Amino acid sequence: MADQITHETEPGQAHASTGTYWLIALILAIITLLEVAVFYVPLLHSVIVPILLVLSVAKFVLVAMFFMHLKFDKPVLTTVFAVGLIVATSIVVVMMLLFGTIGPGAGM
Amino acid sequence: MESHATTFGVSNRKLAMWVFIGSECMFFGSLIATYLVYEGKSLVGPTPEEILNIPLTSVSTFILLMSSLSMVLALDAVQRDNRRMSRIWLGGVIVLGGLFLAGQVYEFAEFYHHGLTLQRNLFGATFFVLTGFHGAHVTVGVVWMITLLVMSLRGGLGPERAMDVEVAGLYWHFVDAVWIVIFTVVYLIQ
Repeated sequence: MADQITHETEPGQAHASTGTYWLIALILAIITLLEVAVFYVPLLHSVIVPILLVLSVAKFVLVAMFFMHLKFDKPVLTTVFAVGLIVATSIVVVMMLLFGTIGPGAGM
Repeated sequence: MESHATTFGVSNRKLAMWVFIGSECMFFGSLIATYLVYEGKSLVGPTPEEILNIPLTSVSTFILLMSSLSMVLALDAVQRDNRRMSRIWLGGVIVLGGLFLAGQVYEFAEFYHHGLTLQRNLFGATFFVLTGFHGAHVTVGVVWMITLLVMSLRGGLGPERAMDVEVAGLYWHFVDAVWIVIFTVVYLIQ
């Protein structure tokens, strides 16, 4: 048990370098530009939902992995976050199915 | 600060913040679900297509993303005991968070002048509740950052207090991550 015990300050914990943080911020800014560009291109309006969802998920994952350090932290933290996210996503999907926003009754 | 033994191998406070963030996912998930199921069901205007200001919100989104960069750089500076840079980056988070809130206040005021209120239609009710709760979270974050900056100016924010900044940063980044979803679901997918 003793080898599982660490201390609150977590000395020597590895995080990304400052250069990596700047790079992630640049990528996030570029993805945001892409999202807005997709919104204004009429040609892409038939596929706008999947494109925007993929770009949004990419941004969310980058923030969680690098800025929130999940990539470098203990897996238990990712598990705790994933549980909340899965329940939240389930709430959204089930509510939309129940109200007919998506699924067989959509648009009725 | 005295360190405490933990059995998960991570700080108890950090674990507690992640549990809180997990519960916040469900909270915002419920608000987003409510917005989506009532989308397009308003009997009177204004509708999202008529009123949402995409250029303004795109700039707000960029500002909030950059505040997350400032936050993570503040933590990095605290861990390296670079007091000057930690104050600059914490100040950056406060300024950028304040700018985001100013944008939201402007947007809400504009909507009000165009007749969109909480009681006007289903869009107004769900939009103001969702984005209003997010704005309240940003406000709490800005106040939290101000307390950290004051602590730093008093000389009490060295590497031994890095966990204080990291936990605050987790909250701030989560608020940013929630906005990423809101920006896409509410503003871009209409």
